[in-house]
Amino acid sequence: MLPKVDPARGLEPKVVDKAEDFETFLRWSFVASQLVALIVLALYAWRGTRFTRESAAGRIGTGMLLGMIGLALVWISQLPFQLLELWWQRRHELWNAGYLDWFLESWIGLGAEFLFVCFWLLITMALAAVLRKTWWLVAAPVFVGLALLFAFVYPYLVESRAAPPEVRGDAVVFARRQHTDPVKVAVEDWSDFTSVPNAYATGLGPSRRIFLWDTLLDGRFDDREIRVVLAHELGHHSRHHIWKSVAWYALILLPLLGGVAWLTSRRGGLYMPRAVPLALLALVAGGLLLQPLDNAVSRRFEAEADWMALETTRDPAAARALFRHFTREALEDPTPPGWAYQALATHPSIEERIAMATAWERRNGAAR
Amino acid sequence: MRLIVEDDLHRSRLTVLLRLILAIPHFLWWNVWSILAFFLAIVIWVVTLIRGAPPVGLYTLQASYIRYTTHFFAYLFLAANPWPMFTGRPGYPIDLEFDPPQRQRRLTVAFRLILAVPALLLAVCFTGGGVFTYGGGIILTVAFFAWFACLVRGRMPSGFRDLQAYSVRYAAQLFAYLLVLTERYPDVDPASTPAVGVEHPVWLALEADLRRSRLTVFFRLLFSLPHLVWLVLWTVVALPLSFVTWITALAIGRPPRVLHRFLAAWIRYSTHLYAYITLAANPFPGFTGAGGSYPVDPVFPAPERQHRLLTGFRIFLAFPALAVNGAVGLLIIVSAFLGWFAALALGRMPASLWAAQAYALRYSAQVSAYVFLLTGRYPYSGAIRIPSRS
Repeated sequence: MLPKVDPARGLEPKVVDKAEDFETFLRWSFVASQLVALIVLALYAWRGTRFTRESAAGRIGTGMLLGMIGLALVWISQLPFQLLELWWQRRHELWNAGYLDWFLESWIGLGAEFLFVCFWLLITMALAAVLRKTWWLVAAPVFVGLALLFAFVYPYLVESRAAPPEVRGDAVVFARRQHTDPVKVAVEDWSDFTSVPNAYATGLGPSRRIFLWDTLLDGRFDDREIRVVLAHELGHHSRHHIWKSVAWYALILLPLLGGVAWLTSRRGGLYMPRAVPLALLALVAGGLLLQPLDNAVSRRFEAEADWMALETTRDPAAARALFRHFTREALEDPTPPGWAYQALATHPSIEERIAMATAWERRNGAAR
Repeated sequence: MRLIVEDDLHRSRLTVLLRLILAIPHFLWWNVWSILAFFLAIVIWVVTLIRGAPPVGLYTLQASYIRYTTHFFAYLFLAANPWPMFTGRPGYPIDLEFDPPQRQRRLTVAFRLILAVPALLLAVCFTGGGVFTYGGGIILTVAFFAWFACLVRGRMPSGFRDLQAYSVRYAAQLFAYLLVLTERYPDVDPASTPAVGVEHPVWLALEADLRRSRLTVFFRLLFSLPHLVWLVLWTVVALPLSFVTWITALAIGRPPRVLHRFLAAWIRYSTHLYAYITLAANPFPGFTGAGGSYPVDPVFPAPERQHRLLTGFRIFLAFPALAVNGAVGLLIIVSAFLGWFAALALGRMPASLWAAQAYALRYSAQVSAYVFLLTGRYPYSGAIRIPSRS
């Protein structure tokens, strides 16, 4: 049981109000955008098969085209919301890049999504040709294998530079304290686009990395706070969260694909291109339904990493300062409403994180 | 306005050798006349805006200027042999026929320069436009290689002559439009140019379906991404195999059947894909390059015996065709750029742009087929309209 704390202590009331306003807007924009996406996909599932006449490709090629058209329609439907969110972030000085940069990024991202969906359909439709109704039983392990491969390869694809020597030195010390092998730390340059601080752990085995955004190292956060971030990310590696995330992905994927197979069976199964629009709807709707479970798992991992950071740095005051800093610099709502917390939050709330630091302090006595 | 081609392909080696020097007087005179034509065009523009038709006297004078320009260009770029007259009088082997002046809609006259922008963009493909074009456009690229061919053979290759006639005709139509002699928009359709139109074993089977889905047109480049990835993978395999084909063809005198089929499918697939990306066709193409599966579909001959010497030096022999293909390729790209806006607005591809693309894709397929030994016949670059399969 975490102690009761006041997450706003040390923060000006107007900062807390601003963070709440900021996140409230984004939450409702998200809800509206997802509703619109579902409506668009439902309409596409209903009428989208007419686009088969735009294809001279075979079964799988036509399926790919239908998959891409579905994503394109969703992209169009999401543009107003994304534009609104961008405007909101720029208004709060969290996003620096211009609208044209954003549009080009979005366009390139859509291209990547097209490639992904084509690859996904290539595998599923090829398997459906051989296995018909039970394709999903084989597809799930295939996709899990690909997720592992991607998790391994991803750190090599990120454009980054070496972290400052003192950060790398801390990483070596912290790795020893967490009884894990040293992990490389790199810096990603994001300050041209945003002022939001961020860091993440990724990679498997020899590709394990911690990436810090340069927005974290621009002087707004002191060395003690940066050490907490570093220890937190290292905690993800030492507690094998990447592996566990893939395992959870496998658990969620199996029923999701089973559901897609069952739903599309009334259109001849994913063997037939005309089932693709319905499969897209099932995947997106299923993903949204399973998101609270996914978020709960993620919050559990993040809480564990927070605890590892406290055990490693033994500096709860720095942890509390860091979390309050997130409210000030990234406008994170310290006490989000329950529904938003369950549906959207991948991390514990600022209130919970501060409470955990306080709990650790009470258990272990004075800091440092 | 029509182009008349009565050229017999014969070329005097001496005048070809000295063509640039011999053209200097014409170059000077053409520049002087161009300045005069520019000011007369302003007068015609004002009069046509008021009266709705260009004055007959000025129309005739400007028509002579365009005819002279055509003669001069044809001479300079080796589309014709004799030294032209300075007056633009009819009778030159590459000549123009003008209809009498006709009424023009005042609105199209008023905005003539703005309306001409797409045609000017297309003209860049033919006549070049500085550093932004491939080697100075089609007309200069062809003239460069034709100069050597004419010096060696004493004859202009018919494909090169026909392509030069196509370029000259388009330039003349653009001049006529810009100088307010006609409101008829310059037509990039190759069918408007007389050509020898030789039979070639590599041809393009076409379905003239101009309907375009606006949604797939808008996302056309992104929808092509999986195909581009696949084409890269296919090319990685095809290039080493084409080398094997070359070695084998040198040894046995013809490409092996299996490799011929593989390379034909690869070239067919890339043509399908280019047609899709550039809006020359509407449906999403298949990934196998199957013959008869696409509205723009190259047809290749069966493996045939080929001269070993020509096979051995194929890549060098193909160089002029490759260079011309590069210049013609710009025509596909500019047509696709303009066609993208037109297809989004109209839901269909303009027929003339489509015909120009079909010509360029046909030539590209012939060049590829020649380079990769699917045929021993040299590509025919003449801009003939390809009959539709349907």
